[in-house]
This record gives sequence, C-alpha cells and structure tokens, in this order.
Amino acid sequence: MNLIGEKISYKPDEQFHLNDVSFNFKKGNLYTILGRTLSGKTTLLKTIAGLLNPDQGSISFEEKDFIKIPVWERNVAMVYQQFINYPHLNVYENITFPLEQRKLSPEQIKKDVDEALKTVGLVGFENRKIQELSGGQQQRVALARSLAKKAKILLLDEPLVNLDYKLREQLREEFKRIFSEGLSQDTILIYSTTDPQEVMELNGEVIVLDEGRVLQKGPAKEIFENPSNLKVAEISNDPPMNVLKGSKNSKNLNFENISLEIPNHFKNLEDKDYNFGIRASEIKLDENGEQFEIELAEISGSETLLHLKRGNSKIIALIEEVMNFKIHEKVKINFNANKFYAFGEDEKLVSSPYGGTNG
Amino acid sequence: MSKLYTFLKYFFITFWTVFVVAPFLWAVSTSFKDFQSVNSKVTYIPWLDFEPTLEGWRVLIKSPAKGGVDIVEPYFNSIFVTCTASLISIVLGTLAAYALSRFTFKAGFVRNNDITFFFISQRIMPPIVLSIPFFIFLSTIGLLDSLLGLVVVYIVLLMPIAVWIMVDFFNRVPKELDETALIDGCNPYQAFYKVVLPNSIPGLIVAGMFCIIFGWIDFFFAFILTFTEVQLLPVKVVALNSSITPWWSLSASALVSVAPLIIVAFIVERYLSKGNLSGALK
Repeated sequence: MNLIGEKISYKPDEQFHLNDVSFNFKKGNLYTILGRTLSGKTTLLKTIAGLLNPDQGSISFEEKDFIKIPVWERNVAMVYQQFINYPHLNVYENITFPLEQRKLSPEQIKKDVDEALKTVGLVGFENRKIQELSGGQQQRVALARSLAKKAKILLLDEPLVNLDYKLREQLREEFKRIFSEGLSQDTILIYSTTDPQEVMELNGEVIVLDEGRVLQKGPAKEIFENPSNLKVAEISNDPPMNVLKGSKNSKNLNFENISLEIPNHFKNLEDKDYNFGIRASEIKLDENGEQFEIELAEISGSETLLHLKRGNSKIIALIEEVMNFKIHEKVKINFNANKFYAFGEDEKLVSSPYGGTNG
Repeated sequence: MSKLYTFLKYFFITFWTVFVVAPFLWAVSTSFKDFQSVNSKVTYIPWLDFEPTLEGWRVLIKSPAKGGVDIVEPYFNSIFVTCTASLISIVLGTLAAYALSRFTFKAGFVRNNDITFFFISQRIMPPIVLSIPFFIFLSTIGLLDSLLGLVVVYIVLLMPIAVWIMVDFFNRVPKELDETALIDGCNPYQAFYKVVLPNSIPGLIVAGMFCIIFGWIDFFFAFILTFTEVQLLPVKVVALNSSITPWWSLSASALVSVAPLIIVAFIVERYLSKGNLSGALK
C-alpha cells in the first residue's frame, strides 16, 4: 500500500537530474526532501506526480505500476513554489475545479471546499479574484485546492520560498497545524525545501538530495545529530556547518595552530588527519579564545553572522545578539569542543557528539 | 519646465490628431460634393461653400446597368474572405503556437524556434515573390477567381501572424499552469480548452485584430488572383478611378471600407483600456 520508488534515474541532458533514487513512503506520514536549488527536488516531485517520466526505475503505489497511469488519473495534488492558481477563476471556483473535474455531487463539493477554506483561513474570500490576493493568500488558495481534493499523495514544492520572512514564519506554523489536523491517515505528504530549519520544525522523515542523488535518509533528528557525510552536514545546517582541516594526536585536536582538549566523544578516535565539523552556533566570542579576522559581519533579525578567517580556514560564527563589527577587525572566539564532529578524509562521518558513526 | 512639458504634450497631441483626422473630414466633405464643387474651386463646408448631394453615395449601391458601381457585393465578399480566413488562421495558428510553446520538436536539425521562424518567414518574403506560385497553384486546382481560393491564400498570409503572436503569448503563460490542470484531473485537451484558452483571450483578441486588419487591407493578392467573377473591396475601390476621377464616390467608398476597422479598433480599445492586454504585445 506504500508509494515505492526504485532506482529512479532521469537524465534529460548531460547531467543527471535524478540518479538512482529509491524511496518507500508510507501512508499517514510526512516526508521532507531537503536539498539545495537544482538538487533534483522538483524533478522528484514531478516524477511522482507523473509530469515527468523517468528514464529508468519504477514507481508503484497501492501495488500498481504508477508510471503507466497518466497524470490526470493519479489522484495527486501539488503546490508549486510559484503561486499557481487559475487566473480566470475566483477563489471558490479555483478550489472546486479539481472536484468538478472528478464529477463529485454539488453537495459534496460545497462541503469539501468550505472545509478547505476553513482550514487555510480564507473563509469570506470565496468571490475574490486571484489577482486581488497577496502572495501568502494565493499560496493558501493553492493549498486549499490541494487539500479539498483529498488526494492520497500531496506534494508541496518549496511552498514558502517566495514569501517574505514574516509570512513564511506564520504560514510555517499553520502548515504544522494543517498537516496534523487537516490530513487523513491515508495521505502521503511530501514536502521539499532548501531550509533546514523548516525540516527540523516539520519533524518528519527526511531525504537529503544532492545532484540528483540521495545522500541520507532518516528522521529529522537523526539527520541533524548524525549527518552521514560533510555534504549532508553542509546542506542540513543554515549557516552551513563549518569545516576545519586538522588532526588528532594523543593529547590534542589541532587545526590552524589551535590546540583543543580532546572531548569525551573523541577519546576512542584513531590519531590521524580529520575534517572537523562545528556548527556556527557552537562558536562563542571569548576574551581568552583564539584570534580570527572578520571578513564580513551580517546582522539578520536578532542575530549576527560573523564570517571569520584564520590561515586557510574560513568559518562562520552565529552570535545571538546584534553587534557591530568592523571588517578586518580581530576577534577572539572559543569553540565548544564537545560539539565537534569528525569526518574522515573521505568526508564520511567518523564521530559525532551524539554518538553516531557511519556504518 | 513642467509647464513647457505640458504645453508641448498637448501641442503634439493636437497636431497629431489634426494630422490624422483632417483627411477623414476632407473625405467626408468630398463625398457629398458633385463635379462642380470639386473642380471649380476649393470648398470645405456643406451648405455654406457648396450644395451637398448624395450622388457620390448613391452610385455605390446602384447596379452597373443603371450607371452605378455597386460595391455591396465586393463588400460582403471582403467581409466573408477576411472573417473566414482570420477565423481559420486563429484556430489553426493557436493550436500550432501552443504545440510550439509547450512541446519539443526534433526533426534533423530543425527545432521549435526554426519552425516558428519558418512561419514568420512567410511574411518576410515580398508578396510579389509569392504571387506567381499562388497564381499557378490556384489555377491548377481550379480556384482562381473564386472566394474559396482567396480564403486559402489569405490563410497562408494570416496564419504566420497568429502563430507569431500566440507563441509569444503562450511562452509567457507559466508551464506550471498547464501542469496544475493535468494534476487536477484534466487530460491534455481539457487542460488546453478549460485552462489555457480562457487565460489567452487577450492574446487571441490581439492576434484576431491583426489578422482582420491585414486581411481587410490586402490589395495585391485580391488584385492578382481575381478577374471578373469575384471582386474584393480594395480592388473595387481602386477600380472606381477611370478617365474622370469620381472624387465623391471614391471618398464615400473609402469611408465605408475603413468603417469596419474603426469598429474593430473601438471594440479592442475597450479591452486595451481595461488593462487586459497588458503584456500581450511587446
């Protein structure tokens, strides 16, 4: 009864858009696809919807070969990152469109549409034209149309990316409520995003995609705590996890002429060269710390992002208050050694502060 | 500075309006004159400068047997040929444009853009180049000097315009709109006529307007491909000019031949002013 994809590849030109992607999506669950722009997220969703046919591989749903079923008979719903609605129809007609296409009874249609409008908070907007709505409202209409269909597979392709910051926060909160209330137990929800924070908040099963390949699968917590390699660590953190080339000997961790005491979780680590990973939020300003040079200081909301440099290493530190710095100013910082990750020279995870290792 | 700007703005608007409207008014005035009023001295205003007469207009509907020229039949011929050819061009052109905009064609080195260019190239060629092939073609299939033959030729002339405008228009309708229609349960044909077409009305109006204008004003092919059986309005109007130029009936027939275009312009203008055509034409 699951949506199962096996070894799906799609290569319309020189590059793979999907490369050997397999998945097993169970009903009633939320799946998030995390990847950067052009990593293949949209291609994967379109393949599931049936808008693209993969060159290789199979997709089956409820024990049926999904690839043989045309899009319009698949009973999926999709919300795009652009706000796509039917411009010639008003809000109400937009939501009824798929239901009328399925020739449901007028009473049933009215009931479903009213319910969907209530869920997305657009009651009273029925007769508005799409062009009269704000971006957030347009995306709500698109979402309502998808919900009213009661499709068994609901695809959301970066639905919040084109909204401004405040609206994104607000709608993200609502999404969590809608996903927990508004969906039935036999819906598979697939949500793609570039934003790691969104993935953590939605807290579903995560698939990390990069260049059309699946890098890691697992619950959000697992991806966050034990990224299986450097690439995942970069993609699943915003700002990306800092990487410092260094080595471990019997006494210390060494990188860029800095020596740190060996944290507990590294005690059993072999003495050799590693790529150490540390999150931007685990770096603090400290008078007694190590000296770095500021390359750039960005203030975002109530936080300050410091782009720092020392020797060949460039790192980003996240300071949780608004501070003004001058470029090329020297600052002293301290690393929280207990939150260090160790990746091998092959970039695979060797040790994490949460006890996970690769393999 | 802004006063000077306002002054210049209104000055040029006025100048241009007079420049455009004056010949029309002149033609209106002339259409009510007789031989005497045209040829003796310059006259402008009816009743004051000259005694108006309806003779110039009456000639147009009188049959040749009674000394008239009868432009009624050519008039309806022109309406029939223009409307039929425009309609067929729009229908076929829209379908072709949709395919060119949404699907990828490969035939040897030929791609979508090449096909689109092929359509437009039909308009780049000077008409004189096409006249002989058309003449031979129509005479071979026996459609020379017939309405049907003219419709066929006009479709060839008008469809490139329709394809060109509609390809450009469809390229600006997001592909995701069609995809959403497919996902929402439409098969590709339903997606086209339930979603894409209703959102293409501005483009269709612009394309239709251009087809009607270019079809209506064509003189060259109407002149070359017809003799006695069928005549179109532009040919008939020009044919009025004989040893004595009948300025009065020439003016009257010129006015009735631009009338439909003025009506079309007014209808389209309503859509233009609503902003519905924004982005439909570059």
